[in-house]
Amino acid sequence: MNGLALYGRYVAASLRAQAQYPAATLMLTAGHCAATAVEILGVFALFDRFGPVGGWSFGEAAVFYALVNIAFSIADLLTRGFEVFGTDFVRTGAFDRVLLRPRAAALQIAGHEVRLSRLGRLAQALAVLIVASRLAPIDWDPATVAIAVWTVAGGVALFVAILVLQATLAVWTVESLEIVNVLTYGGVQAAQYPFNIYAAWFRRLLTFGVPLACVAYYPVLAILKRSDPLGAPDWLLPIAPLAGFAFLALSFLAWRAGMTRYASTGS
Amino acid sequence: MQEICPYLAAFRARFQLMLQYRAAALAGFATQCWWGAIRIMVFAAFYGVHASAAPISLADAVTYVWLGQALLALLPWVADPEIGQAVRTGGVGYDRLRPLDAYGYWFARTLGWMLARALPRAALMALVAGIVLPLVGLGAWAWRPPSGLAAALLFIPAFALMTALAAAILMLANVIVAASLNERGVNAVLTPLVIVFSGSLLPLDFFPDAMRPFLHVQPFAGLVDIPFRIYFADLHGSAALQGLALQAGWTLVLVGLGRLAMERMMRRLEMQGG
Amino acid sequence: MLQILVEALAKTYRVAERAPGLAGAVRGLVRRRWREVHALVDVSFSLEAGELLAFIGPNGAGKSTTVKILSGILRPTSGRVEVGGLVPYEERVKHVARIGVVFGQRSQLWWDLPVLDGFDLLADIYRVAPARYRRRRDELVAMLRLEPLLDQPVRQLSLGQRMRAEFAAALLHDPAILFLDEPTIGLDAPSKLAVREFVRRLNREQGVTVLLTTHDMHDVEALAERVVVIGQGRLLADSPFASLRAGVLAERRLCIDFAGPAPALEMDGVTVRARTDRALELAFNPVDIPTPKLIAAITAKHAVEDIHVDEPAIEEVIARFYDLHDAHEA
Repeated sequence: MNGLALYGRYVAASLRAQAQYPAATLMLTAGHCAATAVEILGVFALFDRFGPVGGWSFGEAAVFYALVNIAFSIADLLTRGFEVFGTDFVRTGAFDRVLLRPRAAALQIAGHEVRLSRLGRLAQALAVLIVASRLAPIDWDPATVAIAVWTVAGGVALFVAILVLQATLAVWTVESLEIVNVLTYGGVQAAQYPFNIYAAWFRRLLTFGVPLACVAYYPVLAILKRSDPLGAPDWLLPIAPLAGFAFLALSFLAWRAGMTRYASTGS
Repeated sequence: MQEICPYLAAFRARFQLMLQYRAAALAGFATQCWWGAIRIMVFAAFYGVHASAAPISLADAVTYVWLGQALLALLPWVADPEIGQAVRTGGVGYDRLRPLDAYGYWFARTLGWMLARALPRAALMALVAGIVLPLVGLGAWAWRPPSGLAAALLFIPAFALMTALAAAILMLANVIVAASLNERGVNAVLTPLVIVFSGSLLPLDFFPDAMRPFLHVQPFAGLVDIPFRIYFADLHGSAALQGLALQAGWTLVLVGLGRLAMERMMRRLEMQGG
Repeated sequence: MLQILVEALAKTYRVAERAPGLAGAVRGLVRRRWREVHALVDVSFSLEAGELLAFIGPNGAGKSTTVKILSGILRPTSGRVEVGGLVPYEERVKHVARIGVVFGQRSQLWWDLPVLDGFDLLADIYRVAPARYRRRRDELVAMLRLEPLLDQPVRQLSLGQRMRAEFAAALLHDPAILFLDEPTIGLDAPSKLAVREFVRRLNREQGVTVLLTTHDMHDVEALAERVVVIGQGRLLADSPFASLRAGVLAERRLCIDFAGPAPALEMDGVTVRARTDRALELAFNPVDIPTPKLIAAITAKHAVEDIHVDEPAIEEVIARFYDLHDAHEA
């Protein structure tokens, strides 16, 4: 059985485990949906009071909000194993158990749990996207749809990469570093507004430090068929999400270094 | 004095225990700085377009954000995790054996839990947003001291009442958790309510004007919106006193409800022999 | 056929020394002081296919470090390790496909999944062909009497039931070597017996090589042909179990209640362990003085009310054994 098929088996096992508590799972999903959906209320209230900002209407801003939330919810759904790697695997020694199996460690960690409750965020983000499509002039032709899917894919790659880095650090720190929340939850928080409203240092940090702008701001400009008010060339916009995949590749290099380190120190 | 000693001890024990989680406090602090920075930049952008549409000045909005981030852990987001645990493990039975008012005992413990998480972060936040930012020339984005002596003096009871109100809300949530054993369900309802209606997401006056009459009388307003506006004297004079009265009134109502619910639950536990 | 070869194995950890308190933590960020901890020093031994070896030693002696290196999780600082012709930590994936590991205190099953679903998943993880998997599974289910447990989620099993399921899980891919890390810890007496019986059958009937670490001398007594003692990272003894039995395990106790005051008793090969007004507890080795002879000698001279023979408590034997080999908790 190849890696992908085995991953499928892991996912199925995780879903079956959660299906044993259907009420709890449903409630968690609904709760997650409500807790994350309040953000769009905040965005709406500000636009309602102040009017358009940075050249953007509420409908357009909602597209930024929707796509980054969709990407993050999918990444969040898939990466539970990396998120709890420090506390649940390294500290408890359960990671030894993983290494005793003849499969790549990253595959087993990725397959640890698929958290259905994260569909709550996905649901509200999709709802926002539908509303935004009515408010903003988006022409959903095949090319635009393709860019949207590609944007979400790049975003998922970036957020997965951040969680893999958090897990890698846990080899050294043993604890899961919650500070990484700044990049995950904080990243979503930042990327749900168009980036040109932010200060320059902040934009640079989220473009060249962690390429969040490349998987949120730039490709959404392409979807809205707008040029960057800050002057990034138009051809760059749709290919920017590549940066998310590059970041993912880098994070797995770090992961391998972490594995070498684990083999020489243990827990 | 003798009378309140056990409650003080319960408070202190929990407070000291929570203070040990230094790494969690630092991580929480960093996250809240980042959050605060984003919120402030967003506010700045909107004020830049149409400042006159705002109900408060940008400087006050900035202070509101920092204050909110500093005291975030004081908000009753989630029921006290120890309560659900105590019911599941039967530890609640021990609580009934103590010659104490059970509500008061839990209330003190919950208060200790909340304050121990909030105060270290608030101190760090005051240091960074209140002192370091002005020193490095970013005074415009700093957390400012209270607007005048009256505001400062009024903020003391406002802060005390906000803490008591938060604890009263948490206690009600705790009792529902204990009775239903459904921690996640309770939190799922509680969290979004608190974020929106306390003014944690946005100062309540930023929501559409039509909602104001409702937003200003509901209990959650006493958690963030009222005390913070007293802090920068947006609420002053009789309006401030009205705000304090609203906080106090809701606190009393919720404590009463909490006691009632707790008594009923305890009676049920006794009947079940649990 | 040589299955496990360990030569001059050493493992040294570098541990950051940190002064207590916040000041220490801050100083630790700037300049770290390192201390070297020698977890293993010059350990050598080998194991033939089909052998059953018990690894004993106090906590922190290096047992689990050795097992971790042998199972490919940990890389040694120096020395040579080969298991079934592979260097475990160089070719982890290939190596672990051939071994089975059971940790007494750690589960490899899925808490919320029925036992059978966990087995299915493991078969996929280990790439066991379906037909072979079904045959092997049915065999293990029969041996371990798992039939009634297969549909239950793991979280509902008792510890004894779970350990039986753990054994099956570790053996589905038919490993030639089985590592057992304190497999009977916390089990009740019947479960312990069942585990020992199963391990013995596995070893004798199926020729599985077993390396067992344990604190339980009864495990050793019931299973091992050979015992390795490890203490403070060094190999202290490597001897057949029979010689262990003839040595430290042989001692017996004689407890005597006298009709009158307890006499002063002096006999060769007998030591007085405890005395009260009217009672004595003697220690002796039946190889030197046969028990009937000793009893006869005493009852001939003194009026005795009650007399019985005891074995020393197993914990006491272990402690003395460690003493003998100068092994103490690190």
